[in-house]
Amino acid sequence: MMLRAEHVSVGLGGKRIVEDVSFTVREGEWLMLVGPNGAGKSTLLGAVSRALPFTGEVELCGRPLRSLSGSELARRMGVLCQHATSTYAFTVEEVVSMGRYAHQRGLLGRSDPEGAARVEEALAAVGLAEKRHQSVLTLSGGERQRAFLGQVLCQQPAVLLLDEPANHLDLVYQKQLFELVDAWRRKPGRAVVSVVHDLSLARRWGTHALLLHQGRSEGFGTVREVLTRDAMARVWQMDVAGWMLETLEGWREV
Amino acid sequence: MRNRRFRWWEYLLCVLVLTGVLLLCICVGSVNVPLTDTLSALRSLLPGGAGTGRYAAIILSVRLPRVLCVALVGAALSLSGAAMQGLLRNPLADGSTLGVSSGASLGAALAILLGISLPGFPLGGTAVMAMVFAMLSLLLLLSLAWAMDRSLATHTIILIGVIFSMFVSSLLSLLITFSGEKLRTITFWTMGSMASSGYPQAALLLGALVVFGGAMLGQTRALNAFALGEDQALHLGVSVRRVKLTVMVSVSCLIGVCVSIGGCIGFVGLATPHILRMLVGPNHARLLPASLFGGAVFLLLCDLLARTAFAPLELPIGVVTSIIGAFVFVGVFFRQRKAGGGA
Repeated sequence: MMLRAEHVSVGLGGKRIVEDVSFTVREGEWLMLVGPNGAGKSTLLGAVSRALPFTGEVELCGRPLRSLSGSELARRMGVLCQHATSTYAFTVEEVVSMGRYAHQRGLLGRSDPEGAARVEEALAAVGLAEKRHQSVLTLSGGERQRAFLGQVLCQQPAVLLLDEPANHLDLVYQKQLFELVDAWRRKPGRAVVSVVHDLSLARRWGTHALLLHQGRSEGFGTVREVLTRDAMARVWQMDVAGWMLETLEGWREV
Repeated sequence: MRNRRFRWWEYLLCVLVLTGVLLLCICVGSVNVPLTDTLSALRSLLPGGAGTGRYAAIILSVRLPRVLCVALVGAALSLSGAAMQGLLRNPLADGSTLGVSSGASLGAALAILLGISLPGFPLGGTAVMAMVFAMLSLLLLLSLAWAMDRSLATHTIILIGVIFSMFVSSLLSLLITFSGEKLRTITFWTMGSMASSGYPQAALLLGALVVFGGAMLGQTRALNAFALGEDQALHLGVSVRRVKLTVMVSVSCLIGVCVSIGGCIGFVGLATPHILRMLVGPNHARLLPASLFGGAVFLLLCDLLARTAFAPLELPIGVVTSIIGAFVFVGVFFRQRKAGGGA
């Protein structure tokens, strides 16, 4: 079991945002957190990444989340946010290298025997080896997101958490990013959890789904089991599948 | 990995430049001392050295302690600025723009007025009070900013800093008005002055720089992560609270010591790291050591200008730094606006 959440609740400013949600993620799985705006998807992800306080139990790779130190957590779990950016003009290589923080030891973190090799690997994986000396501020949105994915991969995590990673990217970059993550999770000892808005993306790339509605779980299982016509109609109060098909209809003539 | 740390020859270059500027500042002044006389006077400081000469008194008891203090204050302010800019991911953060220096001034002035002193340490009372008030100012400022805008956006922090700074400055003016002869002039506290520096001040500054500067230099990797945002730092495995506390306490203490000795010298911590970031890049493993040397050189040159531009009239050193700093501030602000980034 890579990740197990049991009876997780999150309150923010006196308001319950997530209420009693449970799920599990096994090796090789890609869990999609789906639901309408304000359903609590990102909040749940925040709790699981320990950025937000929560009640209930979360286990990561068999250990309680609360018992892990900051660097132990960072070596097991990597998080890619929606708007990862930098204030200063760090180079791509510097941004990717920062992923080694939790692996560095000794005075001023000088000792990290694997570091250089891992950075090279990550740069190659996200296809930015040639732009390593370029400032991340001069990259396109898609390239920047890939640089930050490189940073996360450099952490060598077992579980990858993604919060709307491709939300503001155009189709080409969106496809690239999802293909990269999909290739990554197929290697042994890895799993992915991501928040996605776009149900077509959830259906296309996810193995499992957790449907959230007003902070509560409306279903958890494989994508086919969860994203049913009935369940979606109940949560979105419209015929979601019908609408999607209708939207795509026009493409038949292209 | 290329250029991750300062290399030995870069350190050597910094040391050479700093030594050159130090010598220049010792030689030049109301009386210009030839380099050979300066060197022979300095030789008397070495064990067994018997340096004499016409200028020995002026160099050893006036110029040298002042120049040392100026260099140390410059290094400390610039290092603090660079660290704070990383921590708050805000290129406009600095003791003077955030009101931390004004807070420290208020503390130091109160210590003098109330006669607070540490037995055996004539400078201790003002320094400690300045440190405490600097820390309180930073805490108050950040909690106000946090209450208004959770994202701690650049302009929110700067706006609150300016208001806070004006408020504290007016409290200080009030104190000075009613204090009679006890406090130094108002310009000391608002524009700074290195005129009364001696060896004890230099020793105190050096001690503070070793302890608190050392603490900041130990956080370079964490500061890099902070520059991507606090959440990102957390996800990378940084002990966010510990690092924040270490940097904030170190910055407050360093600014406190500097203010208790030289008054409020504005914009050093803003201008130097900004210029250096263009030279050595934003990586704190390079930026912090560079700021240490760069700050010293920058303030030494400003002090030289303040002493000589309208000699025998001496300008307050903060006038020079603020004129330069104001241009840099506007430049950074415009560039950020153009880039469309607020935070």
